[in-house]
Amino acid sequence: MYSLNNVSLDITEGQIFGLLGPNGAGKTTLISMLCGLIKPTSGHFTIDGLDYQHHSSKIKKIIGVVPQEYALYPTLTARENLLYFGSMYGLKGNDLKDKVIETLDLLGLLKFADKQVQTFSGGMKRRVNLIAGILHNPKVLFLDEPTVGVDVQSKNAIIDYLKVLNQNGTSIIYTSHHLAEAEDFCSNIAIIDQGQIFTKGTPSSLIDSVEDARNLEDVFISLTGKALRDAI
Amino acid sequence: MLYKIWMSVVKEFLLLKRDLGGLIILFVMPLVLVITVTLIQDSTFKTVSDSKIPILLVDNDKGTVSKTVFDNLEKSSLFTVVTQIDNKAVTEDVARENVHKGKYQLAIIIPKDLSTDLQAKVDQNVEKIVSSLGMTDSTASASAKPQRIIKEKEVKLYFDPAVQMSFKNAVMSSIDKMISQIETKSIYTTFQNQLGEGTTDFEQKSFITFKEIIPTINNKEIRPNSVQHNVPAWTLFAIFFIVIPLSINIVKEKSQGTFVRLRTNPVSNLVIIIGKTITYSVICMIQFYMMVAVAVFLFPSIGLPSLNIEGHLFLMSIVALFSGFAAIGFGILLGTIASTQEQSAPFGATSVIILAAIGGIWVPVFAMPSIMQIIAKSSPMNWGLEAFYDVLLRNVSLLEIIPEISLSFLFFILTSAIALFYDQKKRAV
Repeated sequence: MYSLNNVSLDITEGQIFGLLGPNGAGKTTLISMLCGLIKPTSGHFTIDGLDYQHHSSKIKKIIGVVPQEYALYPTLTARENLLYFGSMYGLKGNDLKDKVIETLDLLGLLKFADKQVQTFSGGMKRRVNLIAGILHNPKVLFLDEPTVGVDVQSKNAIIDYLKVLNQNGTSIIYTSHHLAEAEDFCSNIAIIDQGQIFTKGTPSSLIDSVEDARNLEDVFISLTGKALRDAI
Repeated sequence: MLYKIWMSVVKEFLLLKRDLGGLIILFVMPLVLVITVTLIQDSTFKTVSDSKIPILLVDNDKGTVSKTVFDNLEKSSLFTVVTQIDNKAVTEDVARENVHKGKYQLAIIIPKDLSTDLQAKVDQNVEKIVSSLGMTDSTASASAKPQRIIKEKEVKLYFDPAVQMSFKNAVMSSIDKMISQIETKSIYTTFQNQLGEGTTDFEQKSFITFKEIIPTINNKEIRPNSVQHNVPAWTLFAIFFIVIPLSINIVKEKSQGTFVRLRTNPVSNLVIIIGKTITYSVICMIQFYMMVAVAVFLFPSIGLPSLNIEGHLFLMSIVALFSGFAAIGFGILLGTIASTQEQSAPFGATSVIILAAIGGIWVPVFAMPSIMQIIAKSSPMNWGLEAFYDVLLRNVSLLEIIPEISLSFLFFILTSAIALFYDQKKRAV
């Protein structure tokens, strides 16, 4: 039994690619492989023409990762967290400081820059979590449910900022359970279940492909079924 | 890479600065520990103690022997002799009950007629020898009465069951010595009387004595005291306790997701480990200098001897640094393998105590059973302790502590390498 089986995807530059699927479908496993956190038992993939086996550090320089949990130091301030993670991408000096200020400002957090992250609301933490993955202007950005558990305002701020990033040349690969959000945000979508890709295409082409489907949720239910997917 | 290491160090210091509990564990607890333990253990190193142990003496003899025992015990710096409780003379039953209840640690029961029987026994023996040498008149030997049988006498000792074996042995040995001296004196005196007054005057002072030769450095005697033994030992213990906050720090990084984020960054785990090693090495050295400062400046004001670091501080610092490396390596390994703080904290604490026990922090290695002596040589705390004693008490040079500090450094390299390897293997799953 494999978490992923026979997965074949071609994500072109400039896309916002959504990986949608029920719990346990294999979305996070796939993203973890693409981020270099898990080695596949077989098969291969390339990012910008590079593979992990030979170009691990080169790939890590051009990708950004925004994990599902708040991967931040709670007792450090937002600025301290971002200066640290930015430096790990090789940024330094005033370039780094300026970039931190600029992104904090863009996501409405500049006035909280010197507050400890543990005092932030969920939405604020999500935004800092996002900034920590994009300070180095990655070519490819992986987002694992970036808007889970946040208020509408924070969600809009995050999505709007991601759209700007994409317009500036960052390709985005994103997982979510918010189907309406994905329908609006993604240029391409793959629906994944039981470790396999069920279908892929643009949101409108997917809706058109299923009879009587009015939105992405209808497509999703028709492909993955209504049964609960609790698993341990 | 250097900038990444620097930023890692800055981050670690910021995390520590904001962790009050962690700071207390790192800096305050070791000071409390070293002061407390040194104060407690100081009396065992002192020749004159301020506090004397009260012991019960039941005198059923009422003779010269019991008086000598009483006088010698009173003169000793260790004991005060109690012969009455509630204005009543202590009996054997009362003494036994009080000692078993732990109210007194020791009771000495001197048997009835000890003095007279001892003298009678000595007289019999001396007479026998003198007559065998033909030195008595024939009429006296002819009319000699048959000798009465004198039973052996027993001085009973009751110890509080909670008393440690070392204390028991020390007390029994000193009482044995006291009794032997009394017997010897009686024999000499009886011989003197038998041979005729004034004709022979025996020299009753011990012919063989012993003297401890204290090692000297620059013509100054280096006399070990509680501080010179305790400060290095407990400093090492405190340095190794860094294992707990360090392993918790690593486990936290894993549980809060920052470690996963770092694994997706273009930074190797080695940089993270170097960052932690530098930070915690600095902490070890701060701990060390704080404890040395307390031992040098505070101890004299609380009645303890001052730690003599004259000419030793540089080498002591090197020993502390390398012992710190060993502790850090262990902490990194533990933090890497443990999945939760509930695993790392208790395991870290217990393993440090075990390492201290087998390393000779409490019981000297030479006093351990032979198998434990071999095991002790594999404890990083033993390497550190031996190196500290070499520097402080044996006045050795850097060259002579190289084996011990090299072992500590190798331990650090080995444990860190295992941690890196383990992490890489785990990542490949």
